[in-house]
Amino acid sequence: MAPGDPVEIQQGDLNPLHQQSLQELRKLYGLDDPLHVQYWNWLKRIVLLDFGRSFAPHGRPVIHMIRERLPITLTLNVIEMLIIVAMAVPVGVTSATRQYSAFDKATTVFVFVGFATPDFWLAVMLQILFGVHMGWLPISGLRLPVWEYLPFWQQQWDFASHLILPITVATFGGLAGFSRYMRQSMLEVIRQDYVQSARAKGLPESVVIGKHALRNAMLPIVTVLGLSVPGLIGGSVIVETIFAIPGMGQLMVQSVYERDYPVIMANLVIVASLTLVANLIADLSYSLIDPRIRVSRRGRR
Amino acid sequence: MRWRIPRRPVAAVALLALAAAGCSGEADSSTDGATAPVSATAAYGDTFIDSLLGNISSLIPTITSDSASHEVGNQIYSGLITFDKDLNPVGDLAESWEFSRDCRDLTFRLRPGVKWHDGRPFTADDVVFTWQTIVDAKTPSPYKSEYALVESVRAEGPGVVRVHYSQPFAKALTNWATAMLPKHLLETYVREGRIREAPQNWSAPVGTGPYRFKELRSGEKVVLVSNPDYWEGRPYISRIVYRIIPSQATTFLELKARGVDATTLTALQYSRQTEYRAFQRAYTKFRHPGNGYTYLGFNLRDPRFADRRVRQAFAYAINKREVIDGVRVGLAREATGPYKPGTWAYTDKVKTYPYDMDKARRLLAEAGWTHRNEDGLLVRDGKPFTFELLTNQGNDERKKVAEIVQAQLRELGVGVEIRTLEWAAFLKEHIKKRNFEAIVLGWGIGIDPDQYVVWHSSQTGPDQLNHISYKNPEVDRLLEAGRTTCVREERVKYYHQLQQVLAEDLPLVFLYFSDALPVVSSRVYGIDPGPNGIRYRSNKWFVPQPLQRYTAG
Repeated sequence: MAPGDPVEIQQGDLNPLHQQSLQELRKLYGLDDPLHVQYWNWLKRIVLLDFGRSFAPHGRPVIHMIRERLPITLTLNVIEMLIIVAMAVPVGVTSATRQYSAFDKATTVFVFVGFATPDFWLAVMLQILFGVHMGWLPISGLRLPVWEYLPFWQQQWDFASHLILPITVATFGGLAGFSRYMRQSMLEVIRQDYVQSARAKGLPESVVIGKHALRNAMLPIVTVLGLSVPGLIGGSVIVETIFAIPGMGQLMVQSVYERDYPVIMANLVIVASLTLVANLIADLSYSLIDPRIRVSRRGRR
Repeated sequence: MRWRIPRRPVAAVALLALAAAGCSGEADSSTDGATAPVSATAAYGDTFIDSLLGNISSLIPTITSDSASHEVGNQIYSGLITFDKDLNPVGDLAESWEFSRDCRDLTFRLRPGVKWHDGRPFTADDVVFTWQTIVDAKTPSPYKSEYALVESVRAEGPGVVRVHYSQPFAKALTNWATAMLPKHLLETYVREGRIREAPQNWSAPVGTGPYRFKELRSGEKVVLVSNPDYWEGRPYISRIVYRIIPSQATTFLELKARGVDATTLTALQYSRQTEYRAFQRAYTKFRHPGNGYTYLGFNLRDPRFADRRVRQAFAYAINKREVIDGVRVGLAREATGPYKPGTWAYTDKVKTYPYDMDKARRLLAEAGWTHRNEDGLLVRDGKPFTFELLTNQGNDERKKVAEIVQAQLRELGVGVEIRTLEWAAFLKEHIKKRNFEAIVLGWGIGIDPDQYVVWHSSQTGPDQLNHISYKNPEVDRLLEAGRTTCVREERVKYYHQLQQVLAEDLPLVFLYFSDALPVVSSRVYGIDPGPNGIRYRSNKWFVPQPLQRYTAG
């Protein structure tokens, strides 16, 4: 466990406090119990889906804190994933089918740039360019401070425009990675015999690639996508901090700094469940993509 | 490269808002900052967009210790007294106060006609309740110990409160600047030990301050609106929006794009990144001594540092000017002791240690450090003079200070190894266990000059703050004398003496007081910087009519 306890951190590190009142606070939060007792108490509550209250002075139910932040992070991540998939798949496929073409070389360069660019740096550069110099996009936050006074469509545009920069930054690195996976996986598939025989049957190239090859090539991508959910939420920490977006990433970092155990634990539970759900979805979509998986299941019965 | 501050669409947006929502008030999008000739007549209206680095942790200041919550809390709540430009106490909810002869009774006369934001009258019972809340064992308040010497607080009639102390306590008055809490709303919550769950703590705070609470979006913003019934009259600026932006770099970009109206600059931003005309037109920069000093401290249980001559030698060998220039771009004041220059307890008539390597060498030689080994390090009894200098992670300034100290002591023949540690671990494993040789750290200083807990020899226990283990009977005596009288003149005498003793004995090397560097939009008038900073009496700030930027409902 990280050194330092929530009571001390909350009370200001060097605050001349009576030891007695520190002790009373520890008791209030149940921190004076042995660790295994604390953990058991937590387990007992968690099976009832009771995440408890935050240790912070506001003492709000943890579930409320997560409820106001989770949708923001989920929205960001879902949009981000959709964009990544929508762009990475065609890019990867094209650079695989035209290996060593100018397009392939250009994307290779892009990928290396994408991998090598630290997202906090990119974020600040975009903020300076589009926010300060051009004045086209808002720099940070989710809404203008005077948002309530805008007409409906202005409000929507304002909200959307606040998302453009963070989503661009979050997408950039992921896009580079996924287009590489896609290219690699496609390259493996198009070398296989059945692709050859599909061509030999006289099928048009678009069907060979788009139907026969792509389905098989997609399988590894779906797996990686499913596994990348915890990484995406972890990655939102930087984006959410730089762009002042009140999402789960910010909440997580803040609760770690404050040693706000109920919030940390709840966050971990949520991220773990999201990962499980994402893997489940990935597993289910295998059968959508690859008919053989459906068939073999039926066959076994 | 020249920076341009574009006219952000905000002003236009505000105009649209005017058309759409039919708000009262006026926003002028055609004036560009302070370039238009403006007569500075006070006017009501406009929105002030402030920035906070941290999230709000609660809206009852009694149970919070973070600066963001207190900044917002200060606008919603008020105390019995407050502090003027020069940090002198002045009446707020109390009209006047009086100490008894023996300094043990403090009587407040409350201002008549003050109302809570919900319209109920503020009375002496609320004062008593506030005290009871703080000292209640079930209230998680970090300020309990401040009231340990209070024996009783009694309402003597609706407008008079008498506080009785078990012994004279110099800080008595200062502590009554604490936020007054509404008894009629909080009483049951406090009694049941559920003050944190009260709606007043998050969604509906009620105070007596110049601004009323309107809205809070966690991690995003807090909105306050002016209180028309404020005892000093309605504040000029109609609305304050605090935007929560956790990154200082982002806040600075927002400032450049005019997305926020105020923030605090870093030394580099102040001196290098804001020196262009458009910025100077749009903002006013302020500079005033901050509330803390940085020091080089020693573990005085270490026999080498227990020798005063060694500490003095270090003080001579460290060029404070160079430290200030290197670390703060010159934006700091040399510290001669633990008090802020310009406040009543401060004196400059103390021994100083101007940079002098020869003197430093002589002092070390007197202490027995005469020989040098092949590495150029001083040696005594076969051991070279080397030590480990600890500081905490996440504070670049302190790390740089440590590096400069390292270089300058190396010149003297002393080897320094720097180690930076995460704050909580640093505190727990090293400071509390007294497991360190030397440290670079800072002390924040409060409004009252009582520093008993930092310097007194009784405060050297593991959880206490005299972690350098300083023991000096004369210092003890002065600290005790200074905190047990309520007569200002006597205290001045004691604290001036205290500074002289500390400067001579030098338990640690006082380095510098950083300057606070706030910046505020130049359309805001009525700011008067002083030792108390710029934020006091912000209810008297105003934006002249032609410069107003936002409509405020």
